[in-house]
Amino acid sequence: MAEVNINTEIVQPENLVYKRTELLTPNALSYCPGCGHGTTHRIIMEVIEEMGIQAETIGIAPVGCSVLAYDFMNIDMQQAAHGRAPALATAVKRLNPDKFVFTYQGDGDLAAIGTAETIHACNRGENIVIIFINNGIYGMTGGQMAPTTLPGMKSSTSPYGRDVAMMGNPLKITELVAQLPGTLYVTRQAVHTPVAVRKAKKAIRKAFENTKLNKGLSFVEVVSNCNSGWKMTPRKANEWMVDNMFPFYPLGDIKVNE
Amino acid sequence: MKGNEAFAEAAIRAGADGYFGYPITPQSEVMEYLMAQKPHERTGMIVLQAESEIAAINMVYGGAATGKRVMTSSSSPGISLKQEGISYLCGAELPCLIMNAVRGGPGLGTIQPSQSDYFQSTKGGGHGDYRLLVLAPSSVQEMADFAGLGFELAFKYRNPVLVLSDGAIGQMMEKVYLEPQKPRFTDEEILKNTPWATTGKTPDRERNIITSLALESAKMEQHNLALQAKYRQMEAEEVRFEKIGCEDADYAFVAYGTSARICQKAIQLAREEGIKVGLMRPITLFPFPKKIISEMVARVKGILVVEMSAGQMVEDVKLAVEGRVKVEHFGRFGGIIPSPVEVVEALKKQIIGG
Repeated sequence: MAEVNINTEIVQPENLVYKRTELLTPNALSYCPGCGHGTTHRIIMEVIEEMGIQAETIGIAPVGCSVLAYDFMNIDMQQAAHGRAPALATAVKRLNPDKFVFTYQGDGDLAAIGTAETIHACNRGENIVIIFINNGIYGMTGGQMAPTTLPGMKSSTSPYGRDVAMMGNPLKITELVAQLPGTLYVTRQAVHTPVAVRKAKKAIRKAFENTKLNKGLSFVEVVSNCNSGWKMTPRKANEWMVDNMFPFYPLGDIKVNE
Repeated sequence: MKGNEAFAEAAIRAGADGYFGYPITPQSEVMEYLMAQKPHERTGMIVLQAESEIAAINMVYGGAATGKRVMTSSSSPGISLKQEGISYLCGAELPCLIMNAVRGGPGLGTIQPSQSDYFQSTKGGGHGDYRLLVLAPSSVQEMADFAGLGFELAFKYRNPVLVLSDGAIGQMMEKVYLEPQKPRFTDEEILKNTPWATTGKTPDRERNIITSLALESAKMEQHNLALQAKYRQMEAEEVRFEKIGCEDADYAFVAYGTSARICQKAIQLAREEGIKVGLMRPITLFPFPKKIISEMVARVKGILVVEMSAGQMVEDVKLAVEGRVKVEHFGRFGGIIPSPVEVVEALKKQIIGG
C-alpha cells in the first residue's frame, strides 16, 4: 500500500469530526471495497455504543460474506449454521430476557435456507432484531442466484439472466414478514449515500429501542450492492442498485407499530 | 412413570434452563409432560415447541452458547434432521443434552422400538471428526438418572451428551426414584463456570465468540487435535458398564438398552438348561468399554451380541475381541423385539453349536 503523508499538526481534538467507534475492532474488514456490509456493521455498532448496551448485547453471525462479523464487531457473538440465526436468537433471548439480541443475515441465509426460521421467529414475535442484507446474490460462494435475484438479473447460476418461468420468482420476504402479527417494526433501508446511511442508522436504532418494549420482532432490510458478484465497479453497482433494485425493493417503512 | 416422562421430570429437577423440541412418536411425552408441568412457574425453565427439529437443535446451540443447561429430544428421523446442528455443537464445544427414543428405520420406518441408530450415535452422525458422549439407559430409572448425569458430563467436557434410549424404554412404565430439585445456574455461576459463554461483553474481558469456523487449515487441525484429546480423556475416564452373571460364565451376551433386559431373562432360561452365560451391558456406548470386553475373552468361549438392529455394535465388540473368540450377532429389527427364547436359541445355534 502506498505511504500516506499525514499532517499530524491538524489532527487535534478540536478538529476531529469523526472517529471509528470503539465497538468496531481494528481488524481490516474482509468485505470487498465498495460493499455495503462495512457501512452497515459500522452503524449497528454506533447504535450499540450510543445506547450504551455493549455489555447487554449478543449478536449472531450467519453463513455467508458476514460469517466473520465477529472479527469486526467488538461484542459477544455466536456464529450460526446457515439460515438458523433466528432459532439461536430465539433461545438466547428467551433464556436471557434482559439482553439485546440481534441477527445479521444475508438474502441466501434469511430468505432461502433459513426461510422457516425467519418466518417462525417473526410470527412468534420474538423480541429480537433481524438485520437483513439484501444484495440479490450469493456473494461469498461466488455470485450465484439468490432468492432475491431480480428477474432477468445475471448470476453464475443464471448466466443468461433469471428466467422466472424456469427459476421462479424473487421473494419479497420483507413484505411477507410485515404481514405477520409478531412483527412490530419492518423497514427497508439502504446505505449508498450519506442521507441513506443516516436513515438506516435511525431505523436500526429504533429496532434496538423496540427490544425494550417486548412487543415483537423488529426487521430491518438493507438493500445493498455486491459489486464483485454483480461484476461492476462500486460506483456502477450503486447506480445499478438505484435503477434496478430500488424499484423492485422500494425503500421506507413497511410496518410501524407502537 | 413412563421413561419419557421420567426423563423430563428428572431434567427439570437437574436444573435445566431450556427445552426445545418438535413432536415425534415415540418421544412426544417429553414435551407434553414438560408443558403440563409449567416448569416456567416451577423453576423458571423455558420450554418451547419449535417449528422443526432443525430449529430446535439450533435453539439448543444458541442457549448453550450463553452457558445455560439446555436440551432437546426426538426420535430417529428427527435426530437425523438435527445432525447438522449436533456437528456445529461439537465443533463449537457446547454442552447440551439430547435424547433419542430410537424407532425403526431407515426413512420414516416405523414407530416401534429399535436400536438401529448405534452407528449414527457413536461414530459421528453429522459431518466432521467428532464424538458424542453416549449413555444407553435400560430402565426408566436410568432415563431419570441419565438426565442429571448427562448435564454433568456435558459441562465437564463442553460436549453434547446423547441419551440413546428407544421406543420401549421411553414408553414403558416403572417405579422410579427421583432426585430432589437442584437449583438452576445463577448468573454469577454462569460467569464463573462458563467464562467462555456469550453473556454480553463487559469492560473487564475480551469479547466471547462461539464458532466452529477456522478458515486457516493449521488452526483447524489444532482444533481437531484438541477435540480428539478430549475424546481420549472421555475414553480414559467415563467408561460405564454393568456385568451380570459373568463370574462363572462360559459364554457372554453383549447388549445395551432394551436388548440387555431381554438378555437377562435369556440368562435365566439358559442357566436352567445348564448353559453358563453372562451379560456385559455397555452403559456408555461412546466411550465404548472395549478394554472390559477384551479382558472377558480370557474366560468366555464365545460372545453373542444382541441388538435390535442388523448388526452395528457387533463391529465394536469384534474390534475389542480381535478374533480371539467367536463373536456373532443376533438381532431382530424393523421394530420387532426379540423374545428371550429366540436369544437362547441363537446362542445355542450360533455360538455353542456353531
